[in-house]
Amino acid sequence: MTSKTQVESPQRPASVSRRGFVGGLSAGVLGAVATEAAAAQTLAEIPDRGPGADLGAHSERSRFVKIDRIPEAAPGKRNVDPSDAINSKTPHQKLVGNITPTDLHYERSHSGVPDIDPAQHRLLIHGMVRKPLVFSVDDLKRMPSVTRVVFIECTGNGWENWKKADPDLTVQNTHGLVSTNEWTGVPLKFLIGLASKEKNSNWMLAEGGDGAGVDRSIPLTDEIVNEAFVAYGQNGEPLRPAHGFPMRLVMPGFEGNLNIKWLRRLKFGTEPWMTRWETARYTQLLANGKARQFQLRMETNSVITQPSGTMQIQPGYNRISGLAWSGHGKIAKVEISTDGAKIWKQAELNQPVLSKAQVRFQMDWVWDGKPTRIVSRSTDEQGNVQPDRQSFIAAMGSNALFHYNAQQTWSIDEAGRVRNVLA
Amino acid sequence: MSSHDNRLVAAVLTLGLLAAPAFAFDFGRPATPGEIKLWDIDVTPDGKGLPVGGGTVAQGKQVFADNCAACHGDNGQGGIKDRLAGGQGTLASSAPVKTVGSFWPYATTLYDYIHRAMPYPTPGSLSTDDTYAVTAYILSLNGIVPLDGKVDQDSLPKIKMPNRDGFVPEPEFDPAKLFRKK
Repeated sequence: MTSKTQVESPQRPASVSRRGFVGGLSAGVLGAVATEAAAAQTLAEIPDRGPGADLGAHSERSRFVKIDRIPEAAPGKRNVDPSDAINSKTPHQKLVGNITPTDLHYERSHSGVPDIDPAQHRLLIHGMVRKPLVFSVDDLKRMPSVTRVVFIECTGNGWENWKKADPDLTVQNTHGLVSTNEWTGVPLKFLIGLASKEKNSNWMLAEGGDGAGVDRSIPLTDEIVNEAFVAYGQNGEPLRPAHGFPMRLVMPGFEGNLNIKWLRRLKFGTEPWMTRWETARYTQLLANGKARQFQLRMETNSVITQPSGTMQIQPGYNRISGLAWSGHGKIAKVEISTDGAKIWKQAELNQPVLSKAQVRFQMDWVWDGKPTRIVSRSTDEQGNVQPDRQSFIAAMGSNALFHYNAQQTWSIDEAGRVRNVLA
Repeated sequence: MSSHDNRLVAAVLTLGLLAAPAFAFDFGRPATPGEIKLWDIDVTPDGKGLPVGGGTVAQGKQVFADNCAACHGDNGQGGIKDRLAGGQGTLASSAPVKTVGSFWPYATTLYDYIHRAMPYPTPGSLSTDDTYAVTAYILSLNGIVPLDGKVDQDSLPKIKMPNRDGFVPEPEFDPAKLFRKK
């Protein structure tokens, strides 16, 4: 982000009037990519128009856009060999809007990405049902469908900052394990109806067709039965293999790990199965040595993506932008502090604000050039407020590893360098 | 979701539920007991799902050396992947060590996980008895089963893991309370 991004005439640099703000939206967003030289060019220097490249079967990104996920292994284990990676993080510092591009949706896979021929894939529904059934991908596509924009978040999102803050981290490192896509599939409720689930079955085991056979127990609350679906579509096309092709469970608002990829089995029962994933792995170790279990919902969260870690800003006008989300429902408001959490101002939300989806927020800011700290905090429609780091650690300790949703603070030094700090 | 979206979903769901009985044969096909058995691999803490079989710590030591030690290290420590042994008494410290012995609440989960996911390159390739044997060995590395011990489908669910009481359910999804109140 650079101060050369001008959204208004130079005569009114400090003005952040409503009209100028709205009018400058697109210029400001693209400004993060624009170079200083480009801003100085006269129109006479712009290259002539001419015929372009041949049309293709699909479109690629501009060669001027460098934008990639980064595979990582664990907190502090970055730049790893892809064969050692356990997740691959979304580059939020380079994204705009509310939706994550399909190929940049974060990935967490526990035994690689299986190469599944959809003709050779089946979904088995059994256990406490009157009619155990087997479905093909085509069977699912013939059923009534729902389409919904939701975030999916790995419970490990934010895990870099539990104990310390590496100043050289980007927002991709700290918060790259959450993304928002549009998913299409069959309501779980419809499948439950087809199989005639027994009334006293209240838990469901969902299992993937990957090498790890990842499996999780899912409580069949009204909310989950009404909102969960088995997706075969992602942003208008079949799921990508990394995201569960040919079908996955989508559990709006809940732990990423519950959104079982390469779904091949739903079994109905009366108690949780106590799988490795819900006992030894995705439980939160508290300071007293006890672990919190079945903390399935993802909390109210937000992070400033521009400016963010390793960027450099200039004094004067800067626009602060970021993403907010909550597993409890819609984001009601996002507040931003530019003085280290003393004074808070409400940010604008980019419409539409959807339940359990990420929403972009933004706010004008004139930086006076003095070192400071910027931080965002979200509040959802249920009234849940994203906690400050101190209260969060006081409640959770620093060993939990998962479900980190403390406010993210970026420090800015006198040279405008933006760095990751704890608070 | 907007109220408009909600109406759409409601309409679709209503259609689906009404249509379900009439359309049941049009969507998918009945699953046969034989094929269900092929995929029905989950094991629960009460031992349900455990196949008939058993194995000794001594057998398991060899199975472990052949299939597990390359990633998990000799004796389940010092490998490139998850540490399996030790760590008891560290969970409340600033550097907790989570292993089968220090953290896992159920021994049945160990059988389930080895059978479904291990060895990493060829999950499910160990025989039933070898899976019991390596389960027994890993438990012995943690002092839970004696060196001359064995486990089978009856004894495994009876083992009380050291950290069995180390978990606190999130109130919203506490299995002991969820679905139980009127």
